[in-house]
Amino acid sequence: MATAQQTLGRVQQRVARIKPLQLIARDWRRNKLLYLMLLPVILYYLIFQYVPIYGSLIAFQNFNPAKGITGSPWVGFQNFTDFFQSFYFGILIRNTLAISLLDLVLGFPAPIILALLLNELRWGPFRRLVQTITYMPHFISVVVIVGMMVDFTAKDGLFNTLLTQTVGGQPILFMQKPELFPLLYVLSGIWQNVGWGSIIYLAAITTIDPTLYEAAMVDGANRFQQIRHITLPGIMPTIIILLILRLGSTMTVGFEKIILMYNPLTMATADVISTYVYRKGILEADFGYSAAVGLFNSVINFTLLTLANRFSRRVGDTSLW
Amino acid sequence: MRNNLKTHLKRSWSERFFDYGNLLFMIVLIIITFYPMLYILFASLSDPTLLAQHRGLLTTPMGFSVDAYIRVFENSNILIGYRNTIIYVVGGTTIDVVLTTLGAFVLSRRNVLWQEPILFLIIFTMFFSGGLIPTYLLVSRSLGWVNSPLALIVPGAIQTFNLIIMRTAFIEVPYELEEAAKIDGANDFQVLVQVYLPLIKPVLAVMILFYAVGHWNSFFPALIYLRDRNLYPLQLILREILIQNSTDSMTITSATGNVEMVAETVKYATIVVVTLPILLIYPFLQRYFVKGVLIGGIKG
Repeated sequence: MATAQQTLGRVQQRVARIKPLQLIARDWRRNKLLYLMLLPVILYYLIFQYVPIYGSLIAFQNFNPAKGITGSPWVGFQNFTDFFQSFYFGILIRNTLAISLLDLVLGFPAPIILALLLNELRWGPFRRLVQTITYMPHFISVVVIVGMMVDFTAKDGLFNTLLTQTVGGQPILFMQKPELFPLLYVLSGIWQNVGWGSIIYLAAITTIDPTLYEAAMVDGANRFQQIRHITLPGIMPTIIILLILRLGSTMTVGFEKIILMYNPLTMATADVISTYVYRKGILEADFGYSAAVGLFNSVINFTLLTLANRFSRRVGDTSLW
Repeated sequence: MRNNLKTHLKRSWSERFFDYGNLLFMIVLIIITFYPMLYILFASLSDPTLLAQHRGLLTTPMGFSVDAYIRVFENSNILIGYRNTIIYVVGGTTIDVVLTTLGAFVLSRRNVLWQEPILFLIIFTMFFSGGLIPTYLLVSRSLGWVNSPLALIVPGAIQTFNLIIMRTAFIEVPYELEEAAKIDGANDFQVLVQVYLPLIKPVLAVMILFYAVGHWNSFFPALIYLRDRNLYPLQLILREILIQNSTDSMTITSATGNVEMVAETVKYATIVVVTLPILLIYPFLQRYFVKGVLIGGIKG
């Protein structure tokens, strides 16, 4: 024991004596090939992640693509104040939050509930069948999903036919009702992703120690008590991590689906920050302004993520970092 | 173990009630999830005239006609789209998987000095990014990739989440294997290709699936970077047919009077043709992604 400690001490002394430059040189000699393998990855992140972060400086410019970032005039926070004072600001924030919070309330718990219920299914083959089928829609493209929605909710489409046959009344043009847009967006999202989202929770459930259940049964706990006191606490860290991540995208509502779904009639509730950035920046080429709106969005998201993470670390001991 | 024990104990009526309720819920869920897809399939195989007169659920195709499929495969837009999509999927997935593997492997090695700061900078991009407009300007102006397949293949090449999943898989391979291979004279690259990759095949398969599906289903980069219709992937053509409702190009050839009815079944047939390949492949990989990937995802 003593000798082991002595060797350890000697090694530590030797490590301490190595100068930083020597350390770098030695690391380079030993890991040259690894760094060479990493080079394309580093280049990818520099070019496609960090250059755009640098590029978001145009948010503070009256950006002219012909002059570039170095040649365009700086305007301070002008683009931001323009956005805050614009007619769209309040509407966009309200729409974004309405869709996002509805998704948080309905869409976030859905896969957790599904995972808990799937875990209670006794017959393995049936469970696998449910899983196979509920994972499927995840692989369908958003274009097809929206296409199906358009088709099913048409005046003589499947939904309206069923609705008028069972309940009666007039067909409802779902895709043209602004008040229904957030719900359609969220429910179609659940339809598509509830099964897929449950996988991560099912995986977390498999890591729970089975002896806990045995002990609980010996103590007379019924199934509900087992779910409540073993399964749910067992997957709680996973739930919290995913909730933190989800809060970090509160201000982001997937614009790819919305630009396919919305139309002039639903614009009043369907237009969100990200679709506005897309229209202003890419369709109208108002680069500095749209970059400012995008940056505003990223900063809010990042702040929410940080706050959620800090809160979670303080209250429990689960956190991202 | 758990189930064994449970069968020996008598279930209370409330638990029994719960089991039946749960079963019922799952059956309803299966119907809600599966029937819309089945409906599309039935409708695509239906006789256009009969389908147009029919209202409500379909339990089989109305009549039977593969006319719509013939029309789909006669359509040059769709054929070109198919060809383009296959090129983008194969090219994109290859680059994605190679880069992700290299990054995940190097960042999972021991004793690499700059590993931590590099990993930090990579993970940071998951939480903060430059956003749509700067990326658009970079790709379209600085790199000049308008009308270039590169714009669809390169900018999203590494999904950081996938890289982390794969890194976790590499970390879980016993380190002794690397040492043994090194003693036999293998360099780091050979260690990766000959020792590690065969061991993480399930994760590799899932990565290929994730990236390939991503490329197959993607429409947005094509929408903003491509002007030339001859480069359009399938999803953009599909968007015109399904959402912008322009089946014009498909129905012009129809000599009969029922142009609109044909268009309806053509829509459904297009959906099937575009979606079925993926839905048929994925069940074979299903056991992998539950096992390999997601446990890695949690720990990582």
